[in-house]
Amino acid sequence: MFILTLLLLLAVSLRAPNFFQLGNLYDIANDTSILIMVAIGQMMVIITGGIDLSVASGIALSGMSVAMLNQYYPNIPIFVIILISLAIGFLLGSFNGILVSMAGIPPIITTLGTMSIYRGFVFVLSSGEWVSAHEMTERFRELPRGSLFGMTNLILAAVLMVLIFAVFLHLSRTGREIYGVGGNKVAAQYVGISLKKIHYLVFVLSGIIVGLSGLFWVSRYASAQNETAFGFELQTIAACVIGGVSIMGGTGTILGVVLGAMFLGIVNNALTVINLSPFYQMAIQGFVILVAIVANTLVDRRNQLAMLRKRKL
Amino acid sequence: MQSVLECHRISKHFPGIKALDEVDFKIRAGEVHALIGENGAGKSTLVKIITGIYPPDAGVILKNGETVEFRNPIASQMAGIAAIHQEATMFPELSVTENIYMGHHLTWSGSRLLDWKGMKLKTRSLLEKLELEINPDTKVKNLSIAQRHMVEIVKALSLDARIVIMDEPTSALSLREVEDLYKIIRRLRTEGQAIVFISHKFEDIYEIADYFTVLRDGRYIGEGRVAATKVDTIVQMMVGRSLEQMFPKTQVQIGDSVLKVEGLTKTGIFKDISFDLHRGEILGFFGLVGAGRSEVMQAIFGIDAFTSGAIAIKGRVVRISSPSQAMDHGIAYVPEDRQLQGTILAMNIRENTTLPIVDRLSHYSFLDFNKEREITREYGQRMEIKTSGWDQAVNSLSGGNQQKVVLAKWLATRPEILIMDEPTKGIDVATKARVHEFISQLAAEGLAIILTSSELPEILGMADRIVVMHEGKITACLDRKEADSEKLVKAAMGNLLS
Repeated sequence: MFILTLLLLLAVSLRAPNFFQLGNLYDIANDTSILIMVAIGQMMVIITGGIDLSVASGIALSGMSVAMLNQYYPNIPIFVIILISLAIGFLLGSFNGILVSMAGIPPIITTLGTMSIYRGFVFVLSSGEWVSAHEMTERFRELPRGSLFGMTNLILAAVLMVLIFAVFLHLSRTGREIYGVGGNKVAAQYVGISLKKIHYLVFVLSGIIVGLSGLFWVSRYASAQNETAFGFELQTIAACVIGGVSIMGGTGTILGVVLGAMFLGIVNNALTVINLSPFYQMAIQGFVILVAIVANTLVDRRNQLAMLRKRKL
Repeated sequence: MQSVLECHRISKHFPGIKALDEVDFKIRAGEVHALIGENGAGKSTLVKIITGIYPPDAGVILKNGETVEFRNPIASQMAGIAAIHQEATMFPELSVTENIYMGHHLTWSGSRLLDWKGMKLKTRSLLEKLELEINPDTKVKNLSIAQRHMVEIVKALSLDARIVIMDEPTSALSLREVEDLYKIIRRLRTEGQAIVFISHKFEDIYEIADYFTVLRDGRYIGEGRVAATKVDTIVQMMVGRSLEQMFPKTQVQIGDSVLKVEGLTKTGIFKDISFDLHRGEILGFFGLVGAGRSEVMQAIFGIDAFTSGAIAIKGRVVRISSPSQAMDHGIAYVPEDRQLQGTILAMNIRENTTLPIVDRLSHYSFLDFNKEREITREYGQRMEIKTSGWDQAVNSLSGGNQQKVVLAKWLATRPEILIMDEPTKGIDVATKARVHEFISQLAAEGLAIILTSSELPEILGMADRIVVMHEGKITACLDRKEADSEKLVKAAMGNLLS
């Protein structure tokens, strides 16, 4: 995975020397931060064998909600707005989680539904109107910027999230249980792990991340629209798959997802920088993603065969 | 009467096992022939050879007196042989008609378009012939198991089968449904079909079969007319002379009762199960596949609910509704299928071994890798798991070693009651012996052990007391001293031992 990213960087730098300017790299980091965060949430759901198609709609709903809040109650401190976005995310994720864990509805169906429901609520809330930059307070729009340790708040948030979840997934007991449920549902059950609890938890976590990301999204682009983040869920899934998360569940690392997200971010940025016609951009993006996934799969398969040969039957 | 199908000195080897050794088998038209034998006697291998799934290594198959060779299942099908397996091999989302004609659809003459009308008509007439009230358009998933079996029979008839092989057809049927099945079998018999009936149940054999053949350890033992043969004779043929091998059975002090199960019932699955278990004791649960033993154990361990009855641990009645509650009471359950239920193949040995106790090994929810390695080493070494390192992935281990991981993992929970469901199934002889030795050691250390097994030598060698189950009920409870192969098999096949 690392190799692929390096190769890509090499190819791009040949075509466009200004790619490696600090300013550009900084832009990439900012652009990719939200993807990294949401992809982490997506990753946890996928590891347990599910999928969360509602992330993009959740971002839009959370974003629109806090933007309107800021518009009509400009005196609410930013800190409170952050908490509210987290709470909204918690509710959105909880709804998904309850449907999946209690009602037993397959995640793909549940989140397909909530994808539409949440997006629909954006319209209901906004009555079709946007919240534009001049309707937001200065503090609101400043949130993803600022400069702490040479990083913007947005990049900082992404870094913190990566650290927190890396520790959570790889070093905590619940993280181990999550991988267990993904690896073998039945065996996990037999060992006393509560499937319901884990399924609920991963959706709630994804939801909380989505809530916060919604706030960052609308404040970064200084605009809350009805089509905010439309189609974004596919990017989060692509980031996971490129990063080595198996769609079947049970495997995947935070590092992999971060690299996968960065890969997508670089591709996005590079395509613009090398002056490629925007019409080709989407097709090329898809092509590059496919190549990355095929490469990963082939490497996996080779490893599996090697293991099978080593195995004494 | 001339035989419709005759197997003459059929042999079949698999690496390490001689599945069939010069077996003879003769079926005549208009006969219901029971094929009898213990698990592993070679019945399914013989059937697979007859249905063209495997070629025999030696021997001939004669059909109506002529030598035939079945290179593949289609060849066998075209020769008029149809097999109805235990697990339904039907397509649940398709209709009865579609299922019956899958693979041999009728087409309009001269074209390749499917003639659904014709197929439906023919299906309806076959269903009526057997007096089955099933709508040809119903999706198979909406049929009961009994009805699915009937549809499979109709499918066999649609293929103009003259020989129908049924593998344990009554195992999932109610008494009424079994009666219906008997009626159909009798009807087929009058029409001259030959029916091979594989069954473990004396009630079936004595009710419906005319003739029987017994296999044991891959060898043909004998045959005869059912009506003229006593149950005991058949049992003796199945079991042979004493099979008890020498096992390291150490004399252990049997302590107080730790587990008492009373009247445990799960409607339709098992009924009125009562027994108690003491410290240091190995309680064997014997029975044939489908007897309901695993279901009882899973109910005790909290995986499935039961309808009525009570479980008491050390004198106190307990409510166990989940595996983690069972674990809190000191129960550990080593499941039957290690790959499906016992291990997480994607994880390594250490992660698998410590999974049940991951809460005890973590500080404030953070994993303690050192402790994990310690525990894994302790139990992994005790179980003598052959590995290059504790971080080796479980899916690269041999079957025997995988089972050792499962055992290690449950021992690491320090249980007081250890339930082992077919712990040595599919394991090589050497590992088997070590596992047995190990179980004896555990009993000596004061664990109370329930050992479920379908293998007579294992049960007779290891258990202090043996409970036999048949069709969800306990048919016998014997002490080690009074138990022998014949009594066990008799009870397992339905005869109640007083």
